[in-house]
Amino acid sequence: MIGLLVGVPLLGAAVLLLGGRRLDRSGHWLATLLAAASFVIGAVLFASMLGEDAESRAMHSKLFSWVPVEGFQADVAFQLDQLSMTFVLLITGVGTLIHLYSVGYMEHDPKRRRFFAYLNLFLAAMLLLVLADNFLLLYVGWEGVGLASYLLIGFWQHKPSAATAAKKAFLVNRVGDAGLAIAIFLMFTTFGTFAFAPVLSAAGEAGEGKLTAIGLMLLLAACGKSAQVPLQSWLGDAMEGPTPVSALIHAATMVTAGVYLITRSGAIFNGAPDAQLVVVIVGAVTLLFGAIVGCAKDDIKKALAGSTMSQIGYMILAAGLGPIGYAFAIMHLVTHGFFKAGLFLGAGSVMHGMNDEVDMRRYGGLRKHMPVTFVTFGLGYLAIIGFPGLSGFFSKDQIIEAAFGKGGTEGWILGAVTLLGAAITAYYMTRVMLMTFFGEERWRKAPTPSPAEPDVEPAAETRGAYTPPHPHESPKIMTIPMIVLAFGSVFAGGLFKAGESFVGWLEPVTQFEHGHSPVSATAVTAATIVALVLGVGAAYLQYGRKPVPALAPRGSLLTRAARRDLLQDDFNHVVLVSGGTHLTRSLVYVDNKVVDGAVNGTAASFGGLSGRLRRLQNGFARSYAVSMFGGAAVLIAATLLMRAV
Amino acid sequence: MSPVNYVYLAALLFTIGAAGVLIRRNAIVVFMCIELMLNAANLTLVAFSRMHGNLDGQIMAFFVMVVAAAEVVVGLAIIVMLYRSRHSASVDDANLMKL
Repeated sequence: MIGLLVGVPLLGAAVLLLGGRRLDRSGHWLATLLAAASFVIGAVLFASMLGEDAESRAMHSKLFSWVPVEGFQADVAFQLDQLSMTFVLLITGVGTLIHLYSVGYMEHDPKRRRFFAYLNLFLAAMLLLVLADNFLLLYVGWEGVGLASYLLIGFWQHKPSAATAAKKAFLVNRVGDAGLAIAIFLMFTTFGTFAFAPVLSAAGEAGEGKLTAIGLMLLLAACGKSAQVPLQSWLGDAMEGPTPVSALIHAATMVTAGVYLITRSGAIFNGAPDAQLVVVIVGAVTLLFGAIVGCAKDDIKKALAGSTMSQIGYMILAAGLGPIGYAFAIMHLVTHGFFKAGLFLGAGSVMHGMNDEVDMRRYGGLRKHMPVTFVTFGLGYLAIIGFPGLSGFFSKDQIIEAAFGKGGTEGWILGAVTLLGAAITAYYMTRVMLMTFFGEERWRKAPTPSPAEPDVEPAAETRGAYTPPHPHESPKIMTIPMIVLAFGSVFAGGLFKAGESFVGWLEPVTQFEHGHSPVSATAVTAATIVALVLGVGAAYLQYGRKPVPALAPRGSLLTRAARRDLLQDDFNHVVLVSGGTHLTRSLVYVDNKVVDGAVNGTAASFGGLSGRLRRLQNGFARSYAVSMFGGAAVLIAATLLMRAV
Repeated sequence: MSPVNYVYLAALLFTIGAAGVLIRRNAIVVFMCIELMLNAANLTLVAFSRMHGNLDGQIMAFFVMVVAAAEVVVGLAIIVMLYRSRHSASVDDANLMKL
């Protein structure tokens, strides 16, 4: 039954990829149906799980023995516990909605069948990732989602930018994948196995040094997959993929795999406080980093990508807090899955109605033209900024409270960072909202590049013939998933929070402790609301009261840096690309001069010596006779001498 | 007469032969000197055979004679061919066997 969960979408991918052109007309419905079937199986399993006691809910099923070698047992076996179940429902649920949405979004794409095949492949890989009962099988899923992500980012590979973005995502992910591989090696040498149950139960007995090493490597893996500093640079470019992909893979599911990994390996991190500290720092840095980048981007999808980075920073931070945070990390992950997928689908709907324009400075006033998109996007917006009563409020509030609950100076710093993050979140999301749906309509005006702004690229339409868009609401098949996700954004948080039901549900897997917060929960909530009001107010003053210029102003130094993703690519270029180039150049120099020099020198000296020796062969028989005679004489003399001695 | 004198004679003959091989250029003379060395060796074999009262050396001398006869056949043939092609019997003229 559990195997079926993975098998169904995998079958879909295989059928669609191997079926050929015959399936061009019906393939997308088949894929959607299989995704929905997977969701139904998940729901059935969920229902049967609810029937059990909390302690005996985990299910195991061994499919087959993968590598049966003495001392190295790798099985293809699944483990479905409360944590996996949460992910299964999120992945298949959101996945099905996005399949449905893509039917409308990709309607006119000639490669639609392949797109749906990749989506199904992604679902299968992601389910494998969360259902695996050992780290090796998890690694298979981990690579699988990486592949699906690569294929989907580069789906429009005729655009060089998309092809490059896909390559970048793949390469940056490799760094993280190497971390995961090393972590698995370390686990195997330390524990002799890599199945979850024995590793996690034995984690307490291993030395702290080893646990720290494993933890840091797992964190590296999580950084790669979840776009955390310092491996965050790929996520912004990944927005080159079709918008449903951004919603499913780069917002709701795949990028949260790092949070899953850390939560799943909780026992290892619990035994390694140093690794936990690094996790928390990475989370805190990324949450501010992503938020700042999100503030400056004019591309609606890139602004949302910055926001995703920042929200995952919250989750990683919560996961780094240990047992006081794991449940909240997952809770925020689920609510984030709802509202961020909804926001991306909304952005896709806007782009759909605006001739694929992504520059928010070319939007404005769209609420009249796209009422459904406006309302669903608006609900997602209220959820993400943490408007009281909506899901983001509950989950983010819990994380902020847990951050304070860490205790000591650390707790204060983390609490302050999360509060600041909340304010910036409110700011940039309000900015997106105001620029897109409010204000004057800015797309009709023909843009006039101003000489005062030399670093601003003239918009694409100034170069070609410009046809003004006619904003219109998207078809029902696209709006229905958005409405469902909006419902999730509104109610999920309250549902999870009610009676701590979500925390209680996850507790058998992740453990749970109450943090000892120096400030009361009410004070934290009040501070969150203050941060929210400040953020929204600042954005309103800047983008609501004043008209938004259709061309980006030059901006302050920070704005310009944030537009360039806070110089992350420049940093990578200077440190990694140039550094690597210099390293290889010097290695080539050493190779040419030292290694080749030694080899060539030896060869040349032998060549010279043999050239000299060759002169002895002069062709005169008598000189050969002399050497024979001399040799014989020497031999005889030596023999006699030996006799005498 | 002491058999040791035969050994001295053989040493003298061998020395003459070796010197002739190394010094003379005419192939025929070189060839004769080689024969001289072979016969010197035969003489020592026979002399030592006599000295030790053992017939092995004499038998060996017969073998050497047979080999020398065969060598004369082949060697003279080579020299004749060499002379026909080059009109010279000098061993220094035949110096193509080099790199």
